[in-house]
Amino acid sequence: MTVPATTESGAILTRDICRHHTMGTSVIRAVDGISFSVQGGEFIALLGSSGSGKSSLLNLIAGLDRPTSGDVQVEGRSLAELSSEELARFRRHSVGIVFQAFNLVPGMTVAENVELPLRLAETERGERAGRVREALARVGLSERLGHRPGELSGGEQQRVALARALVNSPRILLADEPTGNLDSHTGMEIMEIIGDCNARLGMTVLLVTHERALAERYARRMLFLADGKLVAEQANPPVGAGREGQ
Amino acid sequence: MKTPDLLELAARNLRESILRNSLTTLGIGVGVASLVAMLSLGVGLQQLATKRLERTGLFDTIMVSRRDFGGFGARGRTAATSDNNRALDETARQEIAKLPGVLEAVPDLRMMTQMRFDDKPHSTMVAALPMSARDREAFENIQGEFFSSGTAAEAIVQRRFAEELLGLAPDTDEAANTSGPSSALQSLLGKELVMYYAERVPATNPANGNPGGQRPSPMPPETSKSTASPAASGRNPGMDALLPSFSVVPHTRSLRIVGIIADDPDTLRGMGRARAFIPLDFAQGLQIMMPSDLRDGDGLGGRTYTQISVRVQNSRDVPRVEDAIHRMGLGAFSVLDASRNLQRFFTVLDLFLGIFGSLALAVASLGIVNTLVMAILERRREIGILKALGASDSDVKMLFFAEAGAMGIVGGLLGVGLGWLIGKVINTATNIYLHRQNLPSETFWSVPWWLVLGALGFSLIVSLASGLYPAARAARLDPVKALRYE
Repeated sequence: MTVPATTESGAILTRDICRHHTMGTSVIRAVDGISFSVQGGEFIALLGSSGSGKSSLLNLIAGLDRPTSGDVQVEGRSLAELSSEELARFRRHSVGIVFQAFNLVPGMTVAENVELPLRLAETERGERAGRVREALARVGLSERLGHRPGELSGGEQQRVALARALVNSPRILLADEPTGNLDSHTGMEIMEIIGDCNARLGMTVLLVTHERALAERYARRMLFLADGKLVAEQANPPVGAGREGQ
Repeated sequence: MKTPDLLELAARNLRESILRNSLTTLGIGVGVASLVAMLSLGVGLQQLATKRLERTGLFDTIMVSRRDFGGFGARGRTAATSDNNRALDETARQEIAKLPGVLEAVPDLRMMTQMRFDDKPHSTMVAALPMSARDREAFENIQGEFFSSGTAAEAIVQRRFAEELLGLAPDTDEAANTSGPSSALQSLLGKELVMYYAERVPATNPANGNPGGQRPSPMPPETSKSTASPAASGRNPGMDALLPSFSVVPHTRSLRIVGIIADDPDTLRGMGRARAFIPLDFAQGLQIMMPSDLRDGDGLGGRTYTQISVRVQNSRDVPRVEDAIHRMGLGAFSVLDASRNLQRFFTVLDLFLGIFGSLALAVASLGIVNTLVMAILERRREIGILKALGASDSDVKMLFFAEAGAMGIVGGLLGVGLGWLIGKVINTATNIYLHRQNLPSETFWSVPWWLVLGALGFSLIVSLASGLYPAARAARLDPVKALRYE
């Protein structure tokens, strides 16, 4: 698997980004004026307690949601300026997303789930099988092609979700609590694969987690969120150094 | 997303809720079946009526006559001038026969004469028929056979005349029209009938008035005189010497009775209906003297006809051919307006049948809306996943359209088959009833290709229209909310 070359600077840039929700008469400020930038190939962790706005921020960067105000730029493109169709194309080609709840289609086999982004990207049919096998091999699930998600363990399901996120060779991987539903050992395995994608393929990774230890272990930089605001930022030793410490 | 992938995903989604989708598809099938069954009966009845009417010769026939002498087109049209008021002779007949769309132009040979059977005289109208008359409805239930050839010395008699020949009491009208001739009439077939007729013999020497002289007259001299010889006519001998003339020679001819029919096949006839029929070529060979030979001044030399029946390929050709005949200076008449009214009636009938048939399909279309709206609720999270992976709003919309369309096509195919079967069952059941009532079988059910394709197309359109709202609703789903949906 190869990831297209990415610029070392300005992979992700947010400027005073806000996402407010109106619930009756009250306004919920899920994201409230956050500005930060991520360099290409960087591994960033967004940390915070539940309701701090981590996932909302990730959704804005993923182009799944639009900000109430402010701007999100990914690889130099302002997502606010993109049409609905252009945002879909952006999600298809530029980012891969991994969710806490795996979000696999239950009626599809492992191979079909991983093939789904290739279908959406209109990849040639003959090329797809090889790409699916390659993605599944990367997450260590080559033998489970014909199984349905219900027949897999949580860790295996998250591996399938990871393979699905990687199959289109995105330049940015957005992982929203990827280990949240897994035991620590399995979670570690998933994180190893994500870390490997960052280290070997130069993929920019934005990890949302509430587990500080996990962030410290893999991320180069940690951004701390509370009540929708960016409250602190902390640099970490390189991934390799983190691992060596274990 | 490419179309094959879209269809594959749609098929997979349909398989996921196979029972519900099958029931919805079956609903569409029943709707289409009711539409097809209704229209197949309407179309079948129309075809049956059209076929029946075509076989009467009413709608594809134009009657042509001279414009003067009160002929067709003498009134209500531009007054005929001497230039465009021509004789209805063989040249005109051939000219008409060559007009585009004309199948045949047949002279109307018809005479009042005497027939002898069993040495008893019977007066009747005798008409000559072309061999193409075999296909007319009147010969459908013929007792015996049609003429063996156009030149055969054969006769077909009308049932009432046959009864008269045998000295039988006339049957009731109903029986004469519905059931075949009795076994007593059957005995008439193959018997000999003697026809009296007046032969028109062209004079080779008009000055002395001698007829062609091919045949000695069997009749007394007073009945075998030359009608147009200058001496007999008392006209100016100098002028008459320049005109051709003919003699009238009485003759008899034996005919073999080959068939018995219920009525005169020429349904346009009123009072002049014939009771005995002979082949046209045979009649022409006899050179039978016709009233037009005396009436038509121009016809003293060549043959002229009282009337010519023109048969066209299609009733649509009638107005064009009629106009062409009028331009030739001849009168023409057809009953096309009646045909148009009939077409209008069946169009309205088909429309009403179609509307009633479509009601079931309209109900079925609500089933599609219901099924797809349910699918949105059930697959809300899946739609969110698709969008997160890069599916556009139009991809999601097209996916639901494809599902609606697939149900429409499968339901349409099912419905066409079911509708065909329903029509066939109704047709068969009705024919069993007709058979029990001693009535002939009829096919009043038809599923033409246009109905098959139309029903499939209509089913697809209705299904896609039903998918409009669910597809738009699915496409509008917020992916973030959809992904949170449990």
